[in-house]
Amino acid sequence: MSDTVLTAQDLAKSFGGVRAVRGVSFAVAAGEMLALIGPNGAGKSTCFNMLNGQLRPDGGRVLLRGQNIAGLPPRRICRLGVGRTFQITATFASMTVRENVQMALLSHHGEAWRLWRPARTQRIAEAQALLEQTGMAAQAGRAACVLAYGDLKRLELAMALAGNPSLLLMDEPTAGMAPDGRTALMALTRRLAAERGLAVLFTEHDMDIVFGVADRILVLDRGELIAQGSPAAIRADARVRAVYLGSGATSGGH
Amino acid sequence: MTFLLLQALTGLASAATLFLVAAGLTVIFGVTRVVNFSHGSLYMLGAYIGWTVLGHLPRTPWGFALGVAATAVALAVLGSLLEMTLLRRLYRAPELLQLLATFGVVLIVQDAAQAIWGTEDLPLPRPPWMRGFIVIGAERFPSYDLLLIAAGPAVLAALWLLLHRTRWGTLVRAATQDRAMLAALGVNQRLLFTSVFALGAGLAGLGGALGLPLGSANLQLDLSVITDAFVVVVVGGLGSVPGAFLASVLIGVLQAAGVALVPKATLVIVFVVMAVTLVLRPHGLLGRGGTLAREAEAPALVVPATLAARWLGLAALAVLAAAPLFAGPFAVAVLTEAMIAVLFAASLHFMMGPGGMASFGHAAWFGIGAYGAGLAATLLAWPLPLALLGAVLTAGVVAALFGWFVVRLSGVYLAMLTLAFAQIVWAVAQQWTDVTGGDNGILSVWPSGMLADPRAFYWLTLALCTGGALLLRRVLFAPAGYALRAARDSALRAEAIGLNAAHLRLAAFALAGAAAGLAGGLDAFSKGSVFPTYVSIGRSVDALLMVLLGGVQTMAGPIVGAMVYTGLYDLLLQTVALWRLVLGLAIVTLVLAFPQGIAGALRRGQA
Repeated sequence: MSDTVLTAQDLAKSFGGVRAVRGVSFAVAAGEMLALIGPNGAGKSTCFNMLNGQLRPDGGRVLLRGQNIAGLPPRRICRLGVGRTFQITATFASMTVRENVQMALLSHHGEAWRLWRPARTQRIAEAQALLEQTGMAAQAGRAACVLAYGDLKRLELAMALAGNPSLLLMDEPTAGMAPDGRTALMALTRRLAAERGLAVLFTEHDMDIVFGVADRILVLDRGELIAQGSPAAIRADARVRAVYLGSGATSGGH
Repeated sequence: MTFLLLQALTGLASAATLFLVAAGLTVIFGVTRVVNFSHGSLYMLGAYIGWTVLGHLPRTPWGFALGVAATAVALAVLGSLLEMTLLRRLYRAPELLQLLATFGVVLIVQDAAQAIWGTEDLPLPRPPWMRGFIVIGAERFPSYDLLLIAAGPAVLAALWLLLHRTRWGTLVRAATQDRAMLAALGVNQRLLFTSVFALGAGLAGLGGALGLPLGSANLQLDLSVITDAFVVVVVGGLGSVPGAFLASVLIGVLQAAGVALVPKATLVIVFVVMAVTLVLRPHGLLGRGGTLAREAEAPALVVPATLAARWLGLAALAVLAAAPLFAGPFAVAVLTEAMIAVLFAASLHFMMGPGGMASFGHAAWFGIGAYGAGLAATLLAWPLPLALLGAVLTAGVVAALFGWFVVRLSGVYLAMLTLAFAQIVWAVAQQWTDVTGGDNGILSVWPSGMLADPRAFYWLTLALCTGGALLLRRVLFAPAGYALRAARDSALRAEAIGLNAAHLRLAAFALAGAAAGLAGGLDAFSKGSVFPTYVSIGRSVDALLMVLLGGVQTMAGPIVGAMVYTGLYDLLLQTVALWRLVLGLAIVTLVLAFPQGIAGALRRGQA
């Protein structure tokens, strides 16, 4: 696990007087599944959005294979090899499943501005291969807008992989899914990460998923990184227990 | 100095009536989310009804006050009737259909007003008390204008009190922020919406009656007022009453200053103010973005045409190509017009369907193309091919420049900005008489040589228009068209796979403009003349109707829609005297019968 893909150094972001993220540093290596967790309001989303280009950090650097990408627009970050899936799936509803992946491939290869040959006749084999990998091949001809939610998640995964990324950012990948679907999706991600040497950073609320699938876990609380390490180490960490279990006050299903 | 002060005061006086209209428009929009195109018609009715009522009352200040109040009440009643019979049924319809339906009302009111009050301008004879003036420097300033200047802030204050100090006002403000939440709290929305509409209509009526002494009641009031009011509402921020006040003062004063300093550039100044505002503050001066959220329509899967459909298309093309051999000159003229309409509609569909940018001013590009071709053919004596090329390039380049502002907006703001731009082009066409000939237009734009034969010209038109429409279609199925559709379907995902949505939209806008320019250029040669009506709101609405009639979601829709609409329109024009009334009723009926659009209705029929 020495091949570092992404390094965050001393990230900071404030909204008005609220210091949402303060001096957070970590790294993700190729083939590694890194989970980012923390109670509501801990700064997970802010942290995540500074990595994917939605937010510009007030301070600190985001290095993708040594290149600082902090403050670049999402479109540029994507071109540097970062794939994304969203908390609420975002796909192209007026296209078929295969066309969604074809579009991502065309964009990746710089062919999105071509004006003549029909798009649906291009890069079919590559698209089909990605759909095979994500278990969506059987649904290639269906409209994206009629898919079940779990299938949309897998389609997003296929689209993210079309850019041949070295890093995959997944925001709440299993939100809104049934329990068995969650496990299957994360097992698939795990396998793809291993096969492709893909670094995966994800936020997640389901602790069974986090502790079952992550190689390492980062714990944020009130904008600060309070712990990072293997699932076993995090499980045993006193500060993490205090944050999650509190002093007698309940915090939902965590 | 005195001169400028007087101009500023005149500006403030006209700002007052503008504010009354815009305030009503913005309150109605805030609560019902309906962009009421017919608000200008309510203002016009206010002027006409005010003229009639004031004619029967004693010509004293009290008589005047009573008459104005009665007019406002009459319009409030008319407004509630309009809300209860039409708008109430449209709250769930797509916003473009709402705009169309209210435009149908504009047409109906136009013919109705003409039937009742005739075509003559009706000025209100000023009674002696109204002729008073004060002296500023060496100039006279009418005291009635001072009254108007006071009326603006007075109405603003009254509205503020109404909105912030009454239970009803609290409900209105709550509905403006979150309509669904208000419904969940068990508030009777029907009553609220009707009363809001009544208030808005009453304000428009008040404005119409108060503005009467400054001008006259005439049939042009509706569209001129609604354009100004749209600009004011957009600059002020949709749904914001103080914003409307601020913007109306700004625009009223700028207009007055413009009239005095650079008479020909008045409209350009207004447009620049609007463009700058929207670039710096995309939701207007005091508007808030969140309030514009709407449930998006689920886009349908786009599939290539079936083999049968292709053969059908080919057969239709063969019949069209052979038509001049057996059809008479009139049929050829109608077919030429239909072909031009096909390209015009296809170009609008290109940016509106797959591009997701609904334009309410598509006639701008058609008109620029027509004037470009007309001027090239007459002033420069260019031959037809060169003139047409000039038309395409001019429309495309202007569209690209203007598109830079447009593509950063969406929804209603985008529709309004395109509408405002089309109105500017229209005003330039009408006012720049040295070049455009104003209302007299450009004449003798005839094709020469072989093309002088209408049949030959028809074949050329058929080739260029179907060719153009098929090219647009080709692009839509190519990667670039898919990328455009991708940016419409999900801007977030498009960005995440590396697409530049703004550039794609700009390119689509310019291409659509160029195609519409070709249609306009051909129309100029086909009719042999170019008039400002080529850029009128009506022309933009024609294109919208064709696209909506055929269905936005299908690629063949605009082609079918254009043919059907042109046929119906010509039929109507020849057979019915009150064609606007009939057309307006047809639009309203269509929208009421198919609130989800005809394409949506067909799809549901299949399901």
